[in-house]
Amino acid sequence: MSKEWPLYEVFIRSKNGLSHRHAGSVHAADPEMALEAARDVYTRRQEGVSLWVVPSTEIIASDPGDQEMLFKPAKDKIYRHPTFYNIPKEVKHL
Amino acid sequence: MYTTNLNFDKNKKESGKVEALEGGPEAEAFQAKLDQDLMVEPKDWMPEAYRKTLIRQISQHAHSEVVGMLPEGNWISRAPTLKRKAILLAKVQDEGGHGLYLYSAVETLGVSRDEVVALLLNGTAKYSTIFNYPTLNWADIGAIGWLVDGAAIMNQIPLQRCSYGPYARAMVRVCKEESFHQRQGYEIMLAMANGNAAQKEMAQDALNRWWWPSLMMFGPPDDNSPNSAQSMAWKIKRFSNDELRQKFIDVTVPQADVLGLKIPDPDLKWNKKTSHYDIGEIDWDEFYQVVKGNGVCNRDRLRARNDAHQNGQWVRDAAMAYDEKRRKRAA
Amino acid sequence: MQNELFEYALRLGDNNLILGQQLGNWCGHAPDLELDITLANLALDIIGQARLFLSLAGEIEGKGRDEDVLAYHRDVADFRNVLLVEQPNGDWGATIVRQFLYTTWQQLFLTKLVASTDERFAAIAQKAIKEVAYHARFASEWMKRLGDGTEESHNRVQDALNSQWRFADELFDMDNVDRKLAKAGIGVDLAKLQKEWDARIDTVLADATLARPEPQSAMFRGRNGHHTEHLGHLLSDMQFLQRAYPGATW
Repeated sequence: MSKEWPLYEVFIRSKNGLSHRHAGSVHAADPEMALEAARDVYTRRQEGVSLWVVPSTEIIASDPGDQEMLFKPAKDKIYRHPTFYNIPKEVKHL
Repeated sequence: MYTTNLNFDKNKKESGKVEALEGGPEAEAFQAKLDQDLMVEPKDWMPEAYRKTLIRQISQHAHSEVVGMLPEGNWISRAPTLKRKAILLAKVQDEGGHGLYLYSAVETLGVSRDEVVALLLNGTAKYSTIFNYPTLNWADIGAIGWLVDGAAIMNQIPLQRCSYGPYARAMVRVCKEESFHQRQGYEIMLAMANGNAAQKEMAQDALNRWWWPSLMMFGPPDDNSPNSAQSMAWKIKRFSNDELRQKFIDVTVPQADVLGLKIPDPDLKWNKKTSHYDIGEIDWDEFYQVVKGNGVCNRDRLRARNDAHQNGQWVRDAAMAYDEKRRKRAA
Repeated sequence: MQNELFEYALRLGDNNLILGQQLGNWCGHAPDLELDITLANLALDIIGQARLFLSLAGEIEGKGRDEDVLAYHRDVADFRNVLLVEQPNGDWGATIVRQFLYTTWQQLFLTKLVASTDERFAAIAQKAIKEVAYHARFASEWMKRLGDGTEESHNRVQDALNSQWRFADELFDMDNVDRKLAKAGIGVDLAKLQKEWDARIDTVLADATLARPEPQSAMFRGRNGHHTEHLGHLLSDMQFLQRAYPGATW
């Protein structure tokens, strides 16, 4: 016995139309308690309309050591951005 | 609320000395990142000493919030109106929330809340000395909001830009919530200072008792604050103890004037040359005595935290047992 | 009718005032930081409800007594709360049992009060009912966690249930005030809530593996001003400043 209550990560949708965003974490013995704790801790000032709680151990994160491999290769693909293309000024709605 | 970095040994380390980072390209890249004001995130490489400093500082900060619930909580049941009762309860609850955000931040550094709380409960970990002073009359609740939260805000605003992402983000949330705390405290002081003779007396008495301990909240003077230089290099700390203390004094003295209360310092005077207030000598012996555990309330505070923890053990165990049973049944 | 309306608002205000006062005492001392925050939320809801009902009582009475005069300047005999809410916090189990018995009743009560022909009562009920739905869920879940948790928690919560059970029947007692207001469509027929309350309580107790105690009665009634000894101590704490410094503005 005397195990620590597991950790849950808390995500809040602040209003409809926006995505859920990470807010912090809570300890709880079960999922219902985690939701209630998230509500009581993170939405006391009307910060949310919807909550997700996820056991922290279930989150799969990329390794910071892989940053170069994962994210640098996108850097030189500038043709993916609209500003890469030269269009005469008089052309509208493009 | 805020805690200064108290885990220092006055005699051991020379002040101003910046610890050499572990060598190697990772360490260089780390410092380069900080020099560019980039943030460090949980799984990024960091020097062990940086990680340890953060664990210590953030957990002390969290403990301060949670222990800080006690002196103010002392007056929830006796708040003089139902409106004041609701405000105070919401405020003390906020402090608990702040403790929780900070424990969340410290847990991203690979320690559990239980581990750091155990150090508080056995008396190893420090928390802000201010919470070892007693709340004796209702004006103390005003003085805490006004002075203690005021000092805390001074400290916490720069921490919103500290180099460790989770700590900085927790501070953003804390600062946003903290803004009502100081105002409600000042409002209580206003009501008391403009009240009857007994109330005025309580207000002055509260200021007399909380003024100096509030100044001590910023920590020892810069020439005696060994960890400061390192924390500055790591961008955990942005301003020195003395800078922040002076800033606090300069904004607070005129606020006392509006209340018609007297700051308990015969040497306090405006210095035209520096454009700051000069103050008398701070009693650092008192500060170190309280750090060592000899404050009026140190023992009571620790006992209250230990009681809550022990009395809650069967509850926490029951909830875990219930969840395990339920999972087994579902399987 | 004014007297009955005043009495009614006072009862509802006092129930919440005394319960809120007690829950506030958990702040800083709960079994876990998250629970500390949750319980403060409950207390804030309940104190908020108390303020609305006491203000309404003062307004109905029309003698210039506001929520604070009513809360701070009455003695034990003038308090109209049910005995259940003045029972001490005890351990977490006792607090949960008290909350569970009261909040289950309150939820059913408010469901009826929202239809009151007196708009002032209906409006407060409308606001409170959302808060209380959450309290009821919280308390029921904790009854199950404690009842079906460990042997120790089971025994503690069963003991608390056994000792508080005698205060439950007061919740359904109808006196002249209740009868008159229920007939006028303003108040709630309390006796009619009992069956649904029993059903809800029994469902949770069964899930919690707890035994429903034998029927008991407390013999006397808080709403008549006949209280247990706990209320006097609670008031001496709560009312201290207002009594020690009469006439002061805070």
